[in-house]
Amino acid sequence: MIRVFPFFLEAAWVTIQLAVLSGAMGLACGALGAAARLSRSPALRFAGAAYVSVIRGTPALIQVFILYFGGPQVGIQLDAFEAGVLALGFNIGAYMTETMRGAIISVDRGQTEAARTLGLSRFETFRSVTLPQALRLMIRPLGVNINALIKGTALVAAISVVELTYTAQRYIGSTYKPFEMFLLAGVLYMAIIYVTGLGVNWLDRRAALR
Amino acid sequence: MTDRPIIDIRHAAKSYGTLEVLKDISLQVKKGQIVAIIGPSGSGKSTLLRAINDLDPLTSGEVWLEDAQVNKKLPTRQYEAHINSVRQNIGMVFQHFNLFPHLNVRDNITLAPKMLKGISKAEADQLAVEQLNKVGLLDRIDYYPSQLSGGQKQRVAIARALAMKPKVMLFDEATSALDPELVEEVNLVMKQLAEEHMTMIIVTHEMGFAQDVCDRVLFMDQGVVVEEGPPEVIFKTPANERTKNFLRKHLKGQN
Repeated sequence: MIRVFPFFLEAAWVTIQLAVLSGAMGLACGALGAAARLSRSPALRFAGAAYVSVIRGTPALIQVFILYFGGPQVGIQLDAFEAGVLALGFNIGAYMTETMRGAIISVDRGQTEAARTLGLSRFETFRSVTLPQALRLMIRPLGVNINALIKGTALVAAISVVELTYTAQRYIGSTYKPFEMFLLAGVLYMAIIYVTGLGVNWLDRRAALR
Repeated sequence: MTDRPIIDIRHAAKSYGTLEVLKDISLQVKKGQIVAIIGPSGSGKSTLLRAINDLDPLTSGEVWLEDAQVNKKLPTRQYEAHINSVRQNIGMVFQHFNLFPHLNVRDNITLAPKMLKGISKAEADQLAVEQLNKVGLLDRIDYYPSQLSGGQKQRVAIARALAMKPKVMLFDEATSALDPELVEEVNLVMKQLAEEHMTMIIVTHEMGFAQDVCDRVLFMDQGVVVEEGPPEVIFKTPANERTKNFLRKHLKGQN
């Protein structure tokens, strides 16, 4: 147990990297997706809706497999880590699209009306009235998305990214102790999630309306 | 010259499908005039008010602010630029205040002037001080909306609208959401504006206030102006049966 611990820590670091990179990508996809879904252009609205329903309608594992195993067939050559980050980021982005869209549309309509009657343009209203209020509303639900993402990184064990779950499986082979190995991986996941949760709480408190 | 209306509504009509909420309404408001619009809920009075700054666009008819047509038909881009500049001249106060909760009182007031009038931060702050003085809330300049009472919120909302130096002020049931004891402080601010000859169009349920402050009263029902005239006529000797019925219900218990 003590002997394998350093390898698990290394693997946890890979899991953190996966989560941070795909989380950042997810936020970007979410912002673009939400912008598309709330756009005045019907084509963009359709594209945003299609993105969300395709991604949410299929297993994340299938999406990872399509990119990693299917990618080379259409000329996309990625190593396992890259494919993992892209697939996970694109996947969580669809959920974040809905989170962000929900936060934006739940800002009271009266806010927009008040800003528009003062003479602010649609964009000025969004930037200085709607968005600051929506950001506060989306911190917690985005935290939930991030939580799901951290646990979802376990999927890329299936394409042999040497992260926590893959490492646990690997050391079962040499130690014959599946209970301890999976338990250790679980504890490390929980530690990562706990610290992330503290960060989300801190952000939420800081952004709270007086 | 002084007789030219500042707000000129010509044959305003609006319908949602087959439901006609406004039926051929025309209304002229001259500079310095104070007009009250009364009537039962669903009569179209708020819709008419919100048509004046094109917040609720008309189905047909025209709205003019001095020599500019507010609801001009333009391609989207041009319309946006046009309406944003027109709206700077029309202040609006809402039933639910609609203060920006993430900004303090000062920033609520200075947001639009800073963005749209290119004034410096110092000038904007000075403007906030002036407007807050007017509504008697200078000591609340650093507060957030959630720290204010309803009456104070509405007074800040009035100050925010006034900071754009509008030519006309629209009030959409400005005191309807307030506790009874907070109504008076908002009414006082509105009376003070009346004394300064601000042009105002006021949708209200408060007959007493309409009677005291307004030059003209419009009674609306089912999308039409049933009767209009000076308050002493409308309230004391209404000609129309519907007006009489409405006032009988609303003046009961008031004096």
